[in-house]
Amino acid sequence: MWTLIATEAALFGYLIFSYLYLYAQYTGRWPPEGLPKLGTAGINTGVLLSSSVFVWLCEHFVKRRRSRLAAAAMSVGILLGGLFVGLQMKEYHDHHYGPSTHLYGSLYYTITGFHMLHVIVGLCVLIFLLICTGLNYFDDRRHSALTIGGMYWHFVDIVWLFIFSTLYLSPYVL
Amino acid sequence: MPNAKQIRSAPRALNRQSITGARASASTLMMAPATYAQAPLNYFLHAAGPAAYPTRTLDWIFTAICLAVCVIVTVLLIGALMRRRAPARPGEIGATGEGMRWIWIGVGVSVPLLAGMLVFALFTLQRVATPHESPALTVTVTAYDWWWKVSYPDARVPAQRFETANEIHIPVGEPVRIVLKSADVIHTFWVPRLAGKTQAIPGQANEQWIQADAPGVYRGQCSQFCGAQHAHMAFEVVAQSRADFANWSEQQARSTPVNVAPSVVAGQKIFLDRCAGCHAVRGTDATGALAPDLTHLNSRRLIAAGTLQNTAANQLDWVAHAQWIKPDARMPSIVLNREDAANLHAFLSTLN
Amino acid sequence: MTTDPPSPQSGASSMSHPEIPAFGRVPEWGRAPEGSATRKGLERLWETEPGWRGWLSTVDHKTIGLRYLITAFVFLLMGGVEALVMRLQLARPNATVLTPEQYNQLFTMHGVTMIFLYALPVLSGFSNYLWPLILGSRDMAFPRLNALSYWLFVFAGIFLYSSFPFGQSPNAGWFNYVPLSGLEYNTGPNVDVYALGMVLLGASTTVGSANFVVTLLRMRAPGMSLDRVPVLVWGTLTASGGNLLAVPVVSLAFFMLWLDRQFGTHFFDVLNGGRPLLWQHMFWMFAHPWVYAVVLPAMGIVSDALPVFCRRRLVGYTPVALATVATMIIGFIVWIHHMFATGIPALALAFFGSASMVISIPSAIATFAWLATIWTGRPVFKTPFFFFAGFVLLFVIGGVSGVMTAAVPLDWQLNDTYFVVAHLHYVLLGINVFPVIGGIYYWFPKFTGRMMSERLGKIGFWVMFVGFNLGFFPMHIAGLLGMPRRIYTYGADMGWNTVNMITSIGSFVFALGVLVFLLDLIYSYKRGPIAGDNPWDAPTLEWSVSSPPPPYNFATIPFIGSGHPLWESRLGHEMPSEARSELIEGYILDHGREALATTSLSAIPDAIIKMPSDAYSPFYLGLFSALLFAGLLLHVWWFAGACVIGIAASLIAWMWPERTLGQREPYPSVQEGGALG
Ligand code: HEA
Ligand code: HEA
Ligand code: HEC
Ligand code: CUA
Ligand SMILES: [Cu+2]
Repeated sequence: MWTLIATEAALFGYLIFSYLYLYAQYTGRWPPEGLPKLGTAGINTGVLLSSSVFVWLCEHFVKRRRSRLAAAAMSVGILLGGLFVGLQMKEYHDHHYGPSTHLYGSLYYTITGFHMLHVIVGLCVLIFLLICTGLNYFDDRRHSALTIGGMYWHFVDIVWLFIFSTLYLSPYVL
Repeated sequence: MPNAKQIRSAPRALNRQSITGARASASTLMMAPATYAQAPLNYFLHAAGPAAYPTRTLDWIFTAICLAVCVIVTVLLIGALMRRRAPARPGEIGATGEGMRWIWIGVGVSVPLLAGMLVFALFTLQRVATPHESPALTVTVTAYDWWWKVSYPDARVPAQRFETANEIHIPVGEPVRIVLKSADVIHTFWVPRLAGKTQAIPGQANEQWIQADAPGVYRGQCSQFCGAQHAHMAFEVVAQSRADFANWSEQQARSTPVNVAPSVVAGQKIFLDRCAGCHAVRGTDATGALAPDLTHLNSRRLIAAGTLQNTAANQLDWVAHAQWIKPDARMPSIVLNREDAANLHAFLSTLN
Repeated sequence: MTTDPPSPQSGASSMSHPEIPAFGRVPEWGRAPEGSATRKGLERLWETEPGWRGWLSTVDHKTIGLRYLITAFVFLLMGGVEALVMRLQLARPNATVLTPEQYNQLFTMHGVTMIFLYALPVLSGFSNYLWPLILGSRDMAFPRLNALSYWLFVFAGIFLYSSFPFGQSPNAGWFNYVPLSGLEYNTGPNVDVYALGMVLLGASTTVGSANFVVTLLRMRAPGMSLDRVPVLVWGTLTASGGNLLAVPVVSLAFFMLWLDRQFGTHFFDVLNGGRPLLWQHMFWMFAHPWVYAVVLPAMGIVSDALPVFCRRRLVGYTPVALATVATMIIGFIVWIHHMFATGIPALALAFFGSASMVISIPSAIATFAWLATIWTGRPVFKTPFFFFAGFVLLFVIGGVSGVMTAAVPLDWQLNDTYFVVAHLHYVLLGINVFPVIGGIYYWFPKFTGRMMSERLGKIGFWVMFVGFNLGFFPMHIAGLLGMPRRIYTYGADMGWNTVNMITSIGSFVFALGVLVFLLDLIYSYKRGPIAGDNPWDAPTLEWSVSSPPPPYNFATIPFIGSGHPLWESRLGHEMPSEARSELIEGYILDHGREALATTSLSAIPDAIIKMPSDAYSPFYLGLFSALLFAGLLLHVWWFAGACVIGIAASLIAWMWPERTLGQREPYPSVQEGGALG
C-alpha cells in the first residue's frame, strides 16, 4: 500500500512540477482568465476534509465494535465525497474554457481530472468498505482493509490540499 | 516518399562524388586548410578559436586520464586473474587476503582524481561559457527543417540588414554572438572547431559565441535529431579578415540588379511562378520566406545545407531532383522542360 | 535477530509462545525429506495445472521469471537484428540500403526495444525467478500482481511493435523530443503508439516494482536480516524503489503528449506557451534513474556470482550494498547532464555536472571490490566467470566515458555524437548484456537441471568480447571525429569511413557470438549433462533446493544465520560460530498455499500468509488493458468502454477469492487481500 501511495504521490508531484514549470516560463497573464475564484473550491476543500474525518470515525467505531455508528459514519463520508464530485463538476461546468482553450486550461483540467479519477476510485473503495461494514465483516481485530482503504482516502485528500494550494492559492501570492 | 530502390536508380548527378559534404576543391573562397578534407568535424585534433582551445585541452587530458584508468584496471584485472597462488582445493572456501584495503586505496585515489578533474572541468567551463570581451557582431541563426537561415541584424540602416542561408561569415579574431532560434523542431548548432554545441529550441532564443583565430572555412552540423534529413543539415562558417568581411556584408546587402537579357527575364518569370512562394530574391517580386534567400545564391560554396557543391549543374539538378537528393526535404522536385530549365539557369546565374 | 540470532529450535519454541500474537495457529515444525508425504502434499498444492489452462493462469514466480527471460531475449534478438540492418546501412558512406524514414524507425525501435523491452525485463526475469529462492520464500508477496506485470509487459511489447509491419513505428528517437514528436511534425500513428505503449509498460513496471519492494520487506526467510541478503536483492530493491518514483513522470509525460496530439491540449505547444524543454526535463528525470535501474541488478548478479568462482566471499559486502543505494539516490539529481546543450545557465550545469562526477565514487567502490575479490580469491575459470571478469573491464571503459561527458564543456562537444553512442553501448552491453549472459550460464543448471557447454561457452565469450570491443570502441573515435548520432548516412569525405566499417564488422562478430550462445542454450537444454543441486558449490539458498526447484521451492522454510548459508561450515574464522543456518528442519506450512511473513528489518516470523491460487484474472486484466489502449489508439470509443468493463470484471474476479481467504484467516492485512495495495 505504501508503495502505491509513494508512486501516486510521485505522480502528483510531477503534475505540480509541470504546472509550476510552465507557469514560471509563461510570459502572458496567468491565469489567463484572471485569478481563480475561491468560493466553490474552498467549500469543496472543507467538504473533502470533513469526509476524511468521517472515514476515520468509521474505523474508530469499528474498533469499538459499534458497527451501526461505523456504517453511518462511512455513509456520511461517502456522501461528502459525492458532494465533492458534484461541486467539482459544477466548477467545470461554470468555466467557460476547456482543456484545449489555453495552456492553463490544459493544466487545470489534467491536474484536477487526475485527482477526480482518484476520488472516484476512492469512492468505489469506500462503498465496498461500507458494504463490508454493514455486513458486520469487520471488528476490533479485523479491520485492516478499513485502515488501508482509509489511508488511501486520506491520501487523496492530502493531495487535494496540494492541488488547491497550487491551482487556487498560488496565483494570489506568486 | 521514394523507397531505397528508387533512390538507387536516381538520376545521373547523384553519382556518389557529387553529394559531398565539403570537399577542399578550389572554391571561390579558397581557404580550406589541407586537413579540412580529412575530417571536417574533427574537434579532437583541431581547434581554431578561444571557445574551443580550452575544451580541446580538457578533452586531451580527460582522455589521457581515462585511458590511464582503463589501463590500470586492465593491468590489475589481468594481474588478479593470472597471479600465482595455490588453486582452490575442491570444497575449499577462503581468501588469500582481506581485500578491504583495495577499496580504501582505490577510492582514496579515485576521489582526489575525480575532484581534480571536476575542478579542471569547471575552470574550463568558466573560460568557454562567455567570451572575454563582449562580441562586436551578432548573427541570428534560425534553424529550419533542414537548413539554416542566417540573419545579420546589426546594421543600423535597415537596408543593410540581410539574410542568407547555410553560410555564416564572421570576421577573424573577434568573438561573435550567435542567437539561436528554431522555426520548427529542436536542432543543434555546432561548429566543432570553433565551439561546443547549443540547441535551437522553438519558443526560446539561446545564445552562444564563436571566434575563429585564423581565416578559413569551418564546417558546422546540426547534431540534434530533427527528422528525415537530419543527416544533411550542415553549414559552414567562413572566417575572413575584417576588410573581406565588410566587403562581403556590403555585397550581401545589395539587391539583385535588373537584367533585361531575354532568357533571364523568362527565367525570372519561371522563378516567380514556381519558386517565389518559398524563396526570396531581393530586388524582384519573389519574397517567399519558407526557404533559403537566394539573392546571392552564387556567392555560396555549397547548396542544400552542405549537401552539394554549388555549381550550375548541381543547382539545376537540385531543382529537378530535390526529393532524390534529400528525400523528404521541404522542397519539391520541380519538373521543367528543357527550355524552361535553360531560362531558369540563366536567371539563377545572375544571382551573384 | 541482528544481535543475537536464536537457534532455530529456540526460535521455534518461542513461536509457540502465546505472546507472538500474529500467528493464527502454531505452524508445524519438522523435516520433509525427499519423497515424504509432506512433499507430495505440497507438490499437489503448488503445482500448476498442466496444459494451456495452467499456462495462462499460473502465478508461479519461476515460470513467470523464465517467461520474462525468454521474452526479453526475443526482444534482444529483434533489437539486435534492427541494429545489424542499421550497421549495413552505415558500413559505407552514402549507402542506400535504407531510406531515411526506415532508418529513423529502425534506430528508434532499436533503442526502445533494447532499453524498455530487453534491459529491464531481462533483469526482472532473473529477480522474479531468483528472489523467492534466494530469500527462502515460497513465492513473491503478490503472485498475481507478478503474473499481471508479466502479461502487461508482453502486451505492451506487442503493442509497441504493432505498427512496425506497417512502416509506421515510432520514429523520433527513444527520447522522443517534442515538437518533433508532436502532431505538427509527426502526423502518423507512430508516436501515439509509442506514447500509449509506454503508459501501458509503465503500469507493468510499477506493479512489478511494488511487488519486489513488498516481497523484500515481508517475505524473507526468518533470520535473513537486511545485512544478509545477497547484493542482487539490494540491486533489484533499489532499482524498484527508483522505478516507483521515476516511472510516474514518464507515464505522465507520454500521457500529456498524447493529450496534446489527440485532444489539443497545449503542454508542449510553443505557440500557446507550452515548453519543449518541459518534455526534456520530464523524460530525463525518468530516464537517468532508469539507466541505473537497468544496471544495478546486473551489478548485483556480478557481486553475488563472481565471488563463487573466486572461492571466497565478496570483498566489502556492506560498502557495495551501500554504494548500490547511493548510486540510485544520486541518480535522481543528475538528469540535466543529458541537457547540457539546451541553454540552461552555466551555474546549474556546473552543479549537475559535479553530481554526475560524484556518482562515479560508488561505482569505484564496486569496481575495486570486484578486483579485490578476484585478486584475493582463487579463481576457477568457468564460463560464467569469464563474463563477469570481462564485465569489470567493460564497466570501467563505459564508466570513464560517462565521466568525460559529465564535464560540461567537453559534453558540449561530445553530446549527440557517436561518443555518446559508444558510452551507452559500453554501459548497457557491458553492464547489462555481459552479466546477463554470464548469469544465464550460472543459473541455467538451476533453471533446467542441466549444465551448459563449457567449450561453446568460452568460444562464445571470446567471440562476443572481441566483437564487442571491435565494434563499439571505434565509435568513441567516430565521435571524436565529429560524427553525429542518428544520421542515416554520411559523406565519403567526412573521415568516418574506416571507423564505421570496423564498427559494422565488429557488430556482426558480436552477433555471431550471440548466435553461439543461442546454439549452446538449445543444445544444452536437450543434451547438457545433469547438473545436480549445486554444481558451482555456491553459498546462497537457491542452490540448496533441487534443480529445477520444486513448485513450492522449500519444503520447510529455512532459517538463516548468515549471508552464506551453504558455506558456513567452511568459512572458518570469517564466520561467527553461532551463525548457523538451518535448512533441513523448519516450519512446514502446508494447510493450503501458505508462506511465512517476517518483519521488515530483522526478519522475525510474523504471520502466516495464504497465497492465492492460480488465476486467469491477471491475464485478462493485462489483455483488456492492452485492448483498451488499442481502442484509445484507434479512437474506437465504444470498444475502449467495453474494455473498461472487461477490466472491471477481471478486477472483481481477482479480488473475489481474497474475501473468502480473508474470512478463513484472521489477519487479512498481510494477505494477498492487501490486493488493495
Ligand atoms: C546503462 C547504464 C548507464 C550507466 C551505468 C551510466 C553511467 C554513467 N553515465 Fe551514462 N548514459 C547512459 C547509460 C548509462 N550511463 C545512456 C543510455 C546514455 C545516452 C542516452 C541517450 O542520449 O540516448 C547516457 C548518457 C550519458 C550522458 C549524456 C551524454 C550526452 O548525451 O551528451 C552523461 C553525461 O554526463 C552520462 C554520464 C554518466 C556517468 C558519469 C556515469 C557514471 O555512473 C559512471 C561511473 C563509473 C565509473 C567512472 C567507472 C568506475 C570507476 C573507477 C574505476 C574509478 C576511477 C575513475 C576515474 C577517476 C574517472 N551518461
Ligand atoms: C541494451 C541496449 C542495447 C543493445 C544490446 C544494443 C546493441 C547494439 N546496438 Fe544499440 N542502441 C541502444 C541500446 C542498445 N543497443 C540505444 C538506447 C540506442 C539509442 C537509440 C536512439 O538514438 O534513439 C542505440 C543506438 C545504436 C546506434 C546508433 C544509431 C544512430 O544514432 O544513428 C547504433 C549504430 O551502430 C547501434 C548499434 C548496435 C549494435 C550493432 C548492437 C549489437 O550489439 C547488436 C548485436 C546483435 C544481436 C544481439 C542479435 C543477434 C542476432 C543473431 C545472432 C541472429 C539470429 C537471429 C535470430 C535467431 C532471429 N545502436
Ligand atoms: C515548397 C517550397 C519550395 C519551392 C516551391 C521551391 N523551393 Fe527551393 N528550397 C526550398 C527549401 C525548403 C530549401 C532548403 C532545402 C534543404 O536544404 O533542405 C530549398 C533550397 C533551394 C536551393 C538551395 C539553396 C541553398 O543555398 O542551399 C535552391 C538553389 C533552390 N531551392 C532553388 C529553387 C528553385 C529554382 C525553385 C523553383 C523552380 C524552388 N527552389 C522552389 C523550398 C522550395
Ligand atoms: Cu536539424 Cu538535426
Ligand atoms: Cu544520465
